[in-house]
Amino acid sequence: MFGKLTLSAIPYTNPIIMFGVGLLALVILSTLGAITYFRKWKYLWTEWLTSVDHKKIGIMYLILAGLMLLRGFADAIMMRTQQALSYGSNMGYLPPGHFDQIFTAHGTIMIFFMAMPFIIGLMNCIVPLQIGARDVAFPLMNNLSLWLTAAGAMLVNVSLAIGNFSRTGWLAYPPLSELHYSPGVGVDYYIWALQVAGVGTTLSGVNFITTILKMRAPGMKMMRMPVFTWTSLIANVLIVAAFPILTVTLGLLAMDRYVGTHFFTNALGGDPMMYVNLIWIWGHPEVYILILPLFGVYGEIVPTFSGKRLFGYTSMVYATVAIGLLSLLVWLHHFFTMGNSPGVNAFFGISTMFIAIPTGVKVFNWMLTMYRGRIRLETPMLWTIAFLITFTIGGMSGMLLAEPPADFVLHNSLFLIAHFHNVIIGGVVFGVFAGLSYWAPKILGFKLNDTLGRAAFWCWVVGFYVAFMPLYVLGFMGATRRMDHYNVPAWHPLFVVAWVGAVIIFAGIILQVAQVVVSIRQREQNRDLTGDPWNGRTLEWALPSPAPAYNFARTPVVRDRDAFWEMKQRGVELKSSTFVPIHMPRNKATGFIIGGFSFLLAFGMIWHIWWLAAICLAGVLGTLIRHAFDDDRDYYLGADEVRRTEDLHGRVQARSV
Amino acid sequence: MSKGSMVMQDGSLALKPGYADHAADALRDLHQTGDAVFVDVEPHHEPASLIQLGFWIYLMSDCLLFSGLFATYAVLHGHTAGGPTPSQLFDLPYTLTETMFLLFSSFTCGLATLAMNADKKNATLGWLAVTFVLGLGFVIMEVHEFVGMVAIGATAGRSAFLSCFFTLVGTHGLHVTCGLIFMAVMMAAVAKKGLTATNRARLNCMMLFWHFLDIIWVGVFSLVYLSGVVH
Repeated sequence: MFGKLTLSAIPYTNPIIMFGVGLLALVILSTLGAITYFRKWKYLWTEWLTSVDHKKIGIMYLILAGLMLLRGFADAIMMRTQQALSYGSNMGYLPPGHFDQIFTAHGTIMIFFMAMPFIIGLMNCIVPLQIGARDVAFPLMNNLSLWLTAAGAMLVNVSLAIGNFSRTGWLAYPPLSELHYSPGVGVDYYIWALQVAGVGTTLSGVNFITTILKMRAPGMKMMRMPVFTWTSLIANVLIVAAFPILTVTLGLLAMDRYVGTHFFTNALGGDPMMYVNLIWIWGHPEVYILILPLFGVYGEIVPTFSGKRLFGYTSMVYATVAIGLLSLLVWLHHFFTMGNSPGVNAFFGISTMFIAIPTGVKVFNWMLTMYRGRIRLETPMLWTIAFLITFTIGGMSGMLLAEPPADFVLHNSLFLIAHFHNVIIGGVVFGVFAGLSYWAPKILGFKLNDTLGRAAFWCWVVGFYVAFMPLYVLGFMGATRRMDHYNVPAWHPLFVVAWVGAVIIFAGIILQVAQVVVSIRQREQNRDLTGDPWNGRTLEWALPSPAPAYNFARTPVVRDRDAFWEMKQRGVELKSSTFVPIHMPRNKATGFIIGGFSFLLAFGMIWHIWWLAAICLAGVLGTLIRHAFDDDRDYYLGADEVRRTEDLHGRVQARSV
Repeated sequence: MSKGSMVMQDGSLALKPGYADHAADALRDLHQTGDAVFVDVEPHHEPASLIQLGFWIYLMSDCLLFSGLFATYAVLHGHTAGGPTPSQLFDLPYTLTETMFLLFSSFTCGLATLAMNADKKNATLGWLAVTFVLGLGFVIMEVHEFVGMVAIGATAGRSAFLSCFFTLVGTHGLHVTCGLIFMAVMMAAVAKKGLTATNRARLNCMMLFWHFLDIIWVGVFSLVYLSGVVH
């Protein structure tokens, strides 16, 4: 009846897991309780969960990402603690099987459910505003993408309480991830969580490419698009190009595990290295999917806080396109040790080094934008400067790893771990925080608390260096990744230093949580009444904060790059006296329902509860077909309603005689 | 004041009533109307052109999904592990018949497009029905072929070659099955509501999908069946 699922799947004998589960249950139950107590269910359902407004969907993505950052960081600090303790005769507090689940969950969560929702959330909140669009091209599909991503995140977290998670590392290399070596449900949780979320991400890619190509305001030619829109476009092209390969790869692994095929097994002609090639053909573009939008964020922040046009806009655009193309040609540098011929390794080593050229172009463009600018060191700018330094160091250690002979020594060592955290934290995470502090007034309507923001910034930057620089040294000393125990006395002090770094980052995270809470409580003092708190340059700042549901009451005409800056120079009046009715999409439950069915479908597949999976598959199809026959999809927001909303923001001009 | 499709109102541009609201037109007229700051253009949500482009992008992602399967087949097709080889399993005349079903279904699908463009509802439904039957015939023949192979022990678990054979061909077959469901839903929608703008946009997507599957099948037939027998 319930497949492989029995009561013994709940790990109630493990106090550490049960503590985590208890904490999670407490958070969830108190949230649900609070919603019930304040009678907010209807509001939540009609205004948020079923919303097709890209700004609300964006905020929900950001909330999901923030929560997953906490979960992923909890994993990180547990690992750091284990490695600081587990030396010599001390075996630490985590048994190997549990430790293995933690590093797998950490990588999976941080990439798929922290970084990806953060960047897609930022794109949702900002891209349509920057191009002067009403919404994204397919608003309901946008809602569906969100719920598929959330369903994937739920699956990873459910694995904590029911069953266990994968112990294979975040990319689930076979043959270890094959049924023979990983007979439990852990790898199945991994596969289905990523499959469900991956479909959502692919749909987001389709949505944003269409939006950016088709829905720009009149006059906004491609070479007038803001850089964040440009980098988002290229990132979404990479999503559509790469995610289908992830779907295939995990699909084939699932075939091996469920049907008994031999794609990646050791027996009957299977080839594990085929999996490693395929997963990195997705995986390398994926790291550029993560970093490119943040390059765009920095490209918006630096000109704004330097009071200058972006230096080298055209070269920035071409560098972005070049990085996008090159990112598809370097996947093999993740496994130089596979045993390819020297020619193959040399090709991929050189193509990897080529990426430094467009990236260098970008770094110099940012620096030259600042050169002789009137720089304001606001929090977004602090994150940007920290990024420039940190990311450059990370990039240079990447260049070392791009040398196949050096890679043979450093492969799978902590040097590698230090390198990719150096670029992902220094590039992606700092960029997300830069973007959030920059756009918070536009997204929420008020600025975030500055004092706590700066304190969090210093904790993160200092904590990062203290936590990860020792790992470079440990890598040179021969320490490999994913160790739950070691016996080398010389390593121990460095692991303790790294632990201290993680604790400093923890302080930064606590300060950020405090920053959010304090900012919401003090929102009235910090409200952005102008819509343009930073003296911005791009169209999103032409709108009131937060932007009304329909974005622009009248579509702006774009005459230049930095469209809003140019409007300000011309003294364009933002107030209007006439209003027209606006065509709006209606909120629908379809996305939420399909997300829910997908979650249960995956759960049924993981635990071999075939009847549940079959019912849910029929549910997904039925919901889609029912939606196809639903004609009540849109409505007109009357001109009076638009006028009332604009009036609230002081954007109505008395009719001139 | 009036230029092209636009009229000036209080210093901003508005579309003339009744004029088809295409952003491209607005853009063209803009160059003629020097100093407008805002336009009251009201873009449609999900107009046919957005759906069309979005669907093309989806098709390209699906194409890449197949490219992953083709690459896997290209790498692993020689790994027969002592089991049956392609030339022992494939019956070319049978597969050719199967191929003809799909190719002719693409042709009749094209006739359905012509009927739709000529506003002939019944003819559209008729040609779609013929396409459906041909597509169903293809799926039945494929399932029959699979059943025959499994009966002689050539299962997906026998060797890496058979794993990727069943997965590549089966994924295509699954797509055709989804296409049939799509087609059935569209036939019901057209029968119920007629050739509305929404139905036309969706029918166009469905037909694109159908022709796309035909092209993929040409790849499958060449790489899997033809080259399998040639060896």
